[in-house]
Amino acid sequence: MYVYDEHDRKMAAERVEQFRDQTRRRLAGELAEEEYLPLRLQNGLYVQRHAPMLRICVPYGMLRSDQLRRLARITRDYDKRFAHFTTRQNLQLNWPELEQVPDILAELAEVEMHANQTSGNCIRNTTTDQFAGVQSDEIADPRPYCELIRQWSTFHPEFAFLPRKFKVAVNASEKTDRAAIQVHDIGLQLVRNDAGELGFRVHVGGGLGRTPMVGPVIREFLPELDLLTYLEAVLRVYNRYGRRDNKFKARIKILVKALTPEGFAEKVEAEWAHIKDSPTRLTPEAIEHIKGFFTEPAYEQLENATDLLASQRFENREFDQWLAHNVDTHKKPGYAIVTLTLKQTGTPPGDVSDEQLDQIADLADEYSFGEARVTHHQNVVLADVRQDRLFELWQSLKPKGFATANLHTLNDIICCPGGDYCNLANAKSIPVAEAIQRRFDDMDYLYDLGEIDLNISGCMNACGHHHVGNIGVLGVDKKGDEFYQISLGGSSHHDAQIGKILGPSFAREEVPDVISNIVNVYVEQRTSEESFLDTYRRIGIKPFKERVYA
Amino acid sequence: MPELITADGALRQDDWVVVPRPEEGEALALPDDKPALVPADLWLENESTFANRADIGVWFDSHDEPEILAGKVNEVPLIAVNFPRFVDGRGYSIGRLLRERFGYEGDLRAIGDVLLDQLQFMKRCGFSTFVLRADKDASQAARYLDFFSQTYQAAWDTDLPLFRRRAS
Repeated sequence: MYVYDEHDRKMAAERVEQFRDQTRRRLAGELAEEEYLPLRLQNGLYVQRHAPMLRICVPYGMLRSDQLRRLARITRDYDKRFAHFTTRQNLQLNWPELEQVPDILAELAEVEMHANQTSGNCIRNTTTDQFAGVQSDEIADPRPYCELIRQWSTFHPEFAFLPRKFKVAVNASEKTDRAAIQVHDIGLQLVRNDAGELGFRVHVGGGLGRTPMVGPVIREFLPELDLLTYLEAVLRVYNRYGRRDNKFKARIKILVKALTPEGFAEKVEAEWAHIKDSPTRLTPEAIEHIKGFFTEPAYEQLENATDLLASQRFENREFDQWLAHNVDTHKKPGYAIVTLTLKQTGTPPGDVSDEQLDQIADLADEYSFGEARVTHHQNVVLADVRQDRLFELWQSLKPKGFATANLHTLNDIICCPGGDYCNLANAKSIPVAEAIQRRFDDMDYLYDLGEIDLNISGCMNACGHHHVGNIGVLGVDKKGDEFYQISLGGSSHHDAQIGKILGPSFAREEVPDVISNIVNVYVEQRTSEESFLDTYRRIGIKPFKERVYA
Repeated sequence: MPELITADGALRQDDWVVVPRPEEGEALALPDDKPALVPADLWLENESTFANRADIGVWFDSHDEPEILAGKVNEVPLIAVNFPRFVDGRGYSIGRLLRERFGYEGDLRAIGDVLLDQLQFMKRCGFSTFVLRADKDASQAARYLDFFSQTYQAAWDTDLPLFRRRAS
C-alpha cells in the first residue's frame, strides 16, 4: 500500500491548516457561504438534512488497520458511533459538527488519510477493482496507476473548478469489471497491445444521474507512459468546453454526446499533441517507484487446502454456503479472497459501527497482512486469507454480522443513504432495501435465483447506481409522496448497459410484491444456465411488464 | 484605483483600465489618459492602430479562445483574464495556454471575481498579478499565494512534477 513521504505529509498538513483557516474565516463572517461552499465541498463536507456530512476519501478502496482504528475512534469522538461505506469506495460520517471538521481532518492526516476532493466540481477519488493485485486474470495491478492519478489530480491548479464533478475508474481484469468503469467520466481498462506493451483503453463520457450513459471508447490504446498527459488533455477540453450554463447538462457525457465521440476524440488528440511530451509524461522510473509500494505481502509457500475445506464444507452446510458465495479464488495457492458483507437485514447497506470498524482492523491484522479494501458494492474485502484459516475466520465473522452469505444475490443490495439522511433525495431508500431483504429471507431461494444486482437510489443523482442494476429502484417524488420507479436489464460490467424503465411507479409498500413478480417471471422463463440478466436479454421487458401491471 | 497584488504578494497601485466590450454598434470607450485593456478580438480588429502601443493591452473573458492571439501574445504589453465567477475555472486553462503554449512572457493579470483562496491556483497557472474583488483584503494575499509549499503537478511555477523530482 502507498506510504506517504515527507512531501505527501507536508501537503496533507498544509491542507488541514488551509481548511482550518477557511472555516475560521467562514465562522468569523470573512467568507460568505457561497465562497465557502466549494471549499468545504472539496474537503468532503456537505450540509445535509439533519447535520453536516463528511465524506472521507479511501483512495481506490485501500485501508490499513491503523486507519480503520482511527476511523472507529473518529466516529466515537466526533459522531454517533457509526459510518457508511459508499458506492465510490469512500466512507461517510453523518453527524459531525462543522466546527470540529478541521480537527477530524487533522486526525485523518495523522494516519495518511484525508477528505480531499470527495465532493465538489473537481476530480474525485479514483476507484478500482477491490481484487486488484490478488486475482490471477488481471493485466497488471491497477493500484500504482490509481495512485499516480491520485497525486496528479490532488490540488490540480487548472482543474479545481470544472463544470461539474469528475470521476475516474480503472479496471484491470479482462473478464470482469468490478469497478463499473463504463459508467464513469473516464473509464480506463488496462490492456496489452499486439506488441505486448501495457496501456489503457480509454472510455470517456459514461455516467449515471439524470442522463445515464455508457461511456464510448475514445482511444483503443494509450501507452502507460502517456496516461497523465492524456488525462490532462481530456480534462482541459472538458474544462474549456463543458457546459456551465445548466448544472444538469454540465457533465462530460453531455459534451461527448454533443461533439460525438469521434469529434470529442479529435479535440482531445489535438490538445494532447501539444503536451504529450511535456514533463508530465510518466517515466518508467516513476512507475517503478510507485509499483514498489504495491508489492506482494510475505506470502508463504502453501498448497491449496482442498481436502481440509472439502471436509469442513461437508460437515457444515452454512460454512459451505458462505465459502461458495463470499470467498473468491486467489492467485496464490493456499490463499483466498474473503468478502465481509455489510448487508445484514435490518442494517442499512454499507453501514458499520465503531465496534465493527475496530473488528475489521483486528481481522485484517490477524488474517490479511493488516489491510482491507472497500468495494463499490459497499462491502469490505480481506484479500489475503490463508485457506486453512477460513473456517476459523468464518466463525469469527458470524457474531460480528459480517458473514451473511448473500454476496451477489438479490439481497446484496447497493443502496444510497436516501431520504433518511440526504438533502437531495426524493424518497427514502434504506427502508425499501430492508423490506426487500425481509421478503427474500430464504437463503436457498436466493441461491437458486443466482446473481442479481439490485440497486436502489433515492433520487435521480443515482448514488445507488439504479440504472445499472439488473433490477433498479429509483425513488421519485409525486406531488409530495414517495414513489418508486423500477427498471430492468442494467449492468455495470464489461457488458455495461442502462436499464429500461418498466412503467409507472409504485408506492413503497408495493415494491416487495413487484420484485417478487419480476423474479417469478424469471424463474418461470429461465433455461437451466441462464442468469436473470440472460433471461431478460432473451425475452425482453414485455413479459415482466405484463405480470407486474396485470 | 484598484490595488494590484504581485506574484510575491506585494501591493502596488496601477493605472490600467479594463474597457468593457461595447454594445453592438458602439465604439470602444478608451480612457483619455490611462493605459487600457480592450477585448482581445477587438484589439485584433484594430491591430493596425493598436499594435506596438505600450498603453493598449488585451483581456479575455472566460469563454474566449486565447488561440486568436497565437503568435502575437508578445506584441501586447499586458494580458488580463476575467473570472466572471470564481467557480468558473476556464480562466486557469487560458492562463496556462497563454504561457505554456503561446509563450507569453509579459504580465498576466487575473481580474473579476478573484478571491484569496484561489490565488495560488492562479499563480500556478501563469498569472503574475491579481486584482482582488473589491470587498476582499489584499493585505492578506501574500499568505494565500504560497499556502502550499509543495505541489504534485508540473505547471507554470514548477517545471517538473513531483514524480520526476522524487525519481532524480
